[in-house]
Amino acid sequence: MDFGLTADQQMLAETARQFLAAEATPRTVRRIADDPQGFSPELNRKVAEQGWPGLLVPESLGGLGLGLLDAAVLLGELGRSLAPVPFLSSGVLATSLLLSAGSTAQKKAWLPRLASGELTATVAWLEESEWLDPAGVTLRARRARERLRLSGAKRFVVDAQVADLLIVAARTGAGSGPAGVTLLLVPRDTPGLTVVPLPSIDRTRRFFEVAFDDVAIDTAQVLGAEGKGWRPLENLLDVACVAIAAESQGGAERALEMAVEYSKVREQFGRPIGSFQAVKHMAAECLAEIEPSRSLVWYAAWAQQEIPRDASRAASMAKARLGEVYSRVTNTAVQMHGGIGFTWEHDMHFWFKRAKQNEMWFGAPAWHRERVARESGW
Amino acid sequence: MDLSFAKEDEDYRREVRAWLRRNLPKRSEDAEGGELTLGDPRRIAEAKAWQRKLHDAGYVATGWPKEYGGQGASLVRQSILNEEMVLSRAPAPIGMMGLQMLGPTLINLGTDEQKQRHLPHILTAEELWCQGYSEPGSGSDLASLKTRAEIDGDFFVVNGQKVWTSTAQFADWMFCLVRTDPAAPKHKGISYLLVDMRSPGITVRPLVQMTGQAGFNEVFFDNVRVPRRNLVGKLNEGWLVANATLSHERNMLASTTRTQQLMGDLLRLAKQRSRDGAPVLRDPVARQHLADLQIRVEAMKYHSLRQLSDGIHGRPAGIGASVNKLVTTELNHDICAAALEILGSHAGLLKTSPHVEDRGVWPTDWMFTLGMIIGGGTSQIQKNIIAERGLGMPRGA
Repeated sequence: MDFGLTADQQMLAETARQFLAAEATPRTVRRIADDPQGFSPELNRKVAEQGWPGLLVPESLGGLGLGLLDAAVLLGELGRSLAPVPFLSSGVLATSLLLSAGSTAQKKAWLPRLASGELTATVAWLEESEWLDPAGVTLRARRARERLRLSGAKRFVVDAQVADLLIVAARTGAGSGPAGVTLLLVPRDTPGLTVVPLPSIDRTRRFFEVAFDDVAIDTAQVLGAEGKGWRPLENLLDVACVAIAAESQGGAERALEMAVEYSKVREQFGRPIGSFQAVKHMAAECLAEIEPSRSLVWYAAWAQQEIPRDASRAASMAKARLGEVYSRVTNTAVQMHGGIGFTWEHDMHFWFKRAKQNEMWFGAPAWHRERVARESGW
Repeated sequence: MDLSFAKEDEDYRREVRAWLRRNLPKRSEDAEGGELTLGDPRRIAEAKAWQRKLHDAGYVATGWPKEYGGQGASLVRQSILNEEMVLSRAPAPIGMMGLQMLGPTLINLGTDEQKQRHLPHILTAEELWCQGYSEPGSGSDLASLKTRAEIDGDFFVVNGQKVWTSTAQFADWMFCLVRTDPAAPKHKGISYLLVDMRSPGITVRPLVQMTGQAGFNEVFFDNVRVPRRNLVGKLNEGWLVANATLSHERNMLASTTRTQQLMGDLLRLAKQRSRDGAPVLRDPVARQHLADLQIRVEAMKYHSLRQLSDGIHGRPAGIGASVNKLVTTELNHDICAAALEILGSHAGLLKTSPHVEDRGVWPTDWMFTLGMIIGGGTSQIQKNIIAERGLGMPRGA
């Protein structure tokens, strides 16, 4: 019985933290956030050298062959630093979908190149409705002789501006149920595909609309089998919940750290503001939420593989809880900084905005709480 | 990460569970929700007999070293026993104060004479202990306590008053903090004494809690003579001895098993009660609230598992105990409040009322859990500790 990280996982965390502290400083993050493209090829290359893009990829396919708890550990560090790298989108979400839905040949064709960092991929699932049930997939892929033709749009596709490959959830069958959902492998440079920026409050991880104007898809580009795309997407939801929650946990810890450090230094009324009980209690309340939520994230990540029957419930618990904890903590952290916490120039708003984005993306807390209720059999 | 228990430990759990099922005392009229209710002194003999039975079966003070009558049981086994006791709604041993607080203190810091004189009786509940810490003028600021002990030959002469002293009305002994050096800085003038409650000059006056139970007391000391050999630790170093006991108390007060049990009871209530023709558990608004509580409960469950693991594997505990106490006590109260919401106008009904649900435990537990938020270090004190010791924030007013 050991509810905790292994020595290897702790090492992963320490190494990642050191690397990111050097390579993804707040100044670097801000510079990338201000960049029109919003990413740094140099940073991505250095990250690839760490082997992280291949963390979930089996060793036989050039990856590190690690699991979701390891990914959660790394995501915690990335969440701490807000490094604008496509690990969550490519290394976790797209990779997981390829692993769960792809044929052997497809995995061989794509995963080694993702693992090495040569290519990145992202998942295009959500649409205007944002529904995370099968009816939310309405993007039609019409059969026209031997090919499929894709017309419509996807929203909230993360990191689409750098992704070489998009994994698109489309509907090939009739109706609005799970049967008829098909996953398609679509290179970004396919004719008829347009990536439209969706500028939002979070410039460190960008959302895009992807418009498909009669895009031609070969049958070979179907990921796995036609009409069998829903089950992998359903699993992906749980992976996404855990990943976002893990990232949020790291971000919350960092936000509180910043606020507490500031409170030790900033003086008013002749003493550090952190010596006032009201300020102490704001910080203590944050820590009292952060400590247990870390264990919840670990459990949720671990349960995906070890306790599959509890995977969805655990994933939604983590997503709902961390969504609110991260938002509350960053709100408090901004307030602990006083007026300067409200400025563009101070870094605090980056975490504040990432928190809110993470809270809502892939299902808001209330939606996930209802999912917890359902999965609990209530 | 490994959540499995060793086979021997799972066997132990099964054994404990089976024993409890066979041996649980019949629920007495005054018992509520498994919490030991001592408002009625007639129950004391029953309660002592129950502890005696537990002791004979080897289920008392299992964590104490064998040489003092324990089993030197691992943290895992202690945790398993505690869980099973809670889950079976077994009455907690009446000698809890001695078993969990004074006993370990004497084992670590007592003289051989003190250990021999007191430990065996703690185990069998022949002698019961209460804790004389808080005073009317010294609650959160415990170190400011004023009950005075002056040396007179081979005795301390004690004058003063304690308050919130749980079980003092039937305790045989009290472990008591007294001021032995008023001139020294407050933390450095305190001593830890063992006081015989039958000593002349002691008066115990029950205090009734808002629950209606006389759960604690005022205790007055009027020239009470305490033998000097009843000093634990060194003269004027009682604060150190006391701190050892306080951290035991904090852990004792914050069992997440009880929280999980309360949550289970709440869900059962939500299934049984209806709103708009359907069980409350089906109502979308109720589900949001209940799911939120469930999530918080499970986060604490895993937090506890993590703390247990840290203990087993020798990792530092940090301020986990304070986070535990703060969060668990407030969560317990929130769960009870949610139950009252479901009960609606029935919320306040007591067990003597017609149409009462769940034998009236909910309004009583709702009140009792508020007491637990305040006792053992208020939430505000816990937050101070978390901020200062956990986050390194500067002290100051």
